[in-house]
Amino acid sequence: MVRVVLPQHLRTLARVGDEVTVTPIGAITQKTVLDALEATYPVLQGTIRDHGSFKRRPFVRFFACERDLSHESPDVPLPEAVARGEEPLLVVGAIAGG
Amino acid sequence: MSRVRVLAGTRKGAFILTSDGKRKKWDITGPHFAGWEIYHMKGSPADPDRIYASQTSGWFGQVMQRSSDGGKSWETVGNKFAYEGTTGTHQWYDGTPHPWEFKRVWHLEPSLKDPDTVYAGIEDAAIFKSTDGGKEWAELPGLRGHGTGPKWQPGAGGMCLHTILLDPKDPKRIFVAISAAGAFRTDDGGKSWKPINKGLYSKYIPEPTAEVGHCVHRIAQPKSKPKTLYMQKHWDVMRSDDAGDSWTEVSGNLPTDFGFVIDVHAHEPETIYVVPIKSDSEHYPLDGKLQVFRSKTGGNEWQALKKGLPQKNCYVNVLRDAMAVDSLDKCGIYFGTTGGQIYASADAGDEWSAIARDLPAVLSVEVQTLK
Repeated sequence: MVRVVLPQHLRTLARVGDEVTVTPIGAITQKTVLDALEATYPVLQGTIRDHGSFKRRPFVRFFACERDLSHESPDVPLPEAVARGEEPLLVVGAIAGG
Repeated sequence: MSRVRVLAGTRKGAFILTSDGKRKKWDITGPHFAGWEIYHMKGSPADPDRIYASQTSGWFGQVMQRSSDGGKSWETVGNKFAYEGTTGTHQWYDGTPHPWEFKRVWHLEPSLKDPDTVYAGIEDAAIFKSTDGGKEWAELPGLRGHGTGPKWQPGAGGMCLHTILLDPKDPKRIFVAISAAGAFRTDDGGKSWKPINKGLYSKYIPEPTAEVGHCVHRIAQPKSKPKTLYMQKHWDVMRSDDAGDSWTEVSGNLPTDFGFVIDVHAHEPETIYVVPIKSDSEHYPLDGKLQVFRSKTGGNEWQALKKGLPQKNCYVNVLRDAMAVDSLDKCGIYFGTTGGQIYASADAGDEWSAIARDLPAVLSVEVQTLK
């Protein structure tokens, strides 16, 4: 079980609270966590990563354990603390005004 | 008694304004989809309770919303807009090739007959269609692929398909307009398209009378006379009486013929409205005076309408999808500004009042006349 914290707009869209939990299939990576997140909340498809290419949207970032994981390969395992459910994966909207 | 529902899309959410047929007192609900840009909302002519909305964000992309109860509640529908086949390139601002990329939905046009059928005009320019209430979207690829696509280029707002007109008398005829490519028409339900820009003259492209490349800002069509079209181009107000095969300029005595919106009176096909804007680098009214100009002769002879509109220190813009009309008698005219006001006239433009004053910047205004 992996904990994911979503930005406010995506919480509203998915009608969830501050934090959700998902159960990825296989190794705990950005890709498997986002696959599980989108499977549980289909309304989030296309909002964090693009349809088709599955590339992270440019103004979305991924933080965990006080590290910026935005530029990690989607297939790299997430930190152990995230995989164990001790720390959440933070999906963050970039600070860009507006 | 008839009622009127105004659907306003803004930079930070959607607002719905309702009134009875007198159009004096207005109730406002919103913001719906707070914090998101609502590029456009439009109700189905076949079922006014069915409303579609384009919800978009630079951060989180495109979301599509649908209401089946007149905007009281909403459900998300499909947001996957995948171009058909090889996407190829269009021109970038500097003329270099640039790959086609989906950015957002600018305009939604529900079918005149079927509430579950709706067209979407998107950036980068293409037209999509859904026949299941917005769950799945498929491109009508004949438009983007008809041959001139590599010559299209973005206007300042992006390379958007912003106007879709469904011909009320010929179900296979559709008009679209793209900034900056021009106007296009299909006569076979969207399979094949042709540019309809003959007569347009644009100094900002290398060949001013080129087949494509014109920055058309908006087209309007009188329902009772659908072969007549009115166009607000980047500069110039134009008119066609042959379904776009040829255009003539009807700017006439306008103080400036730059602008974004243009619309037609619901019952008088020769009565049209524009909001002149000073220039393409000064997106505000001339001399700080917000004025709608009306022509009762289908162009050329224009009259300033200013009663109830600010006549000093007004520096707002009126964007291309932000004017609409109701179908009551007298015809109501509505427009929204980047300053957050929505102005309405219940007497075809003679007098105006603000029915909302402090909204976020208004991107689009649509009006439903309800029985």
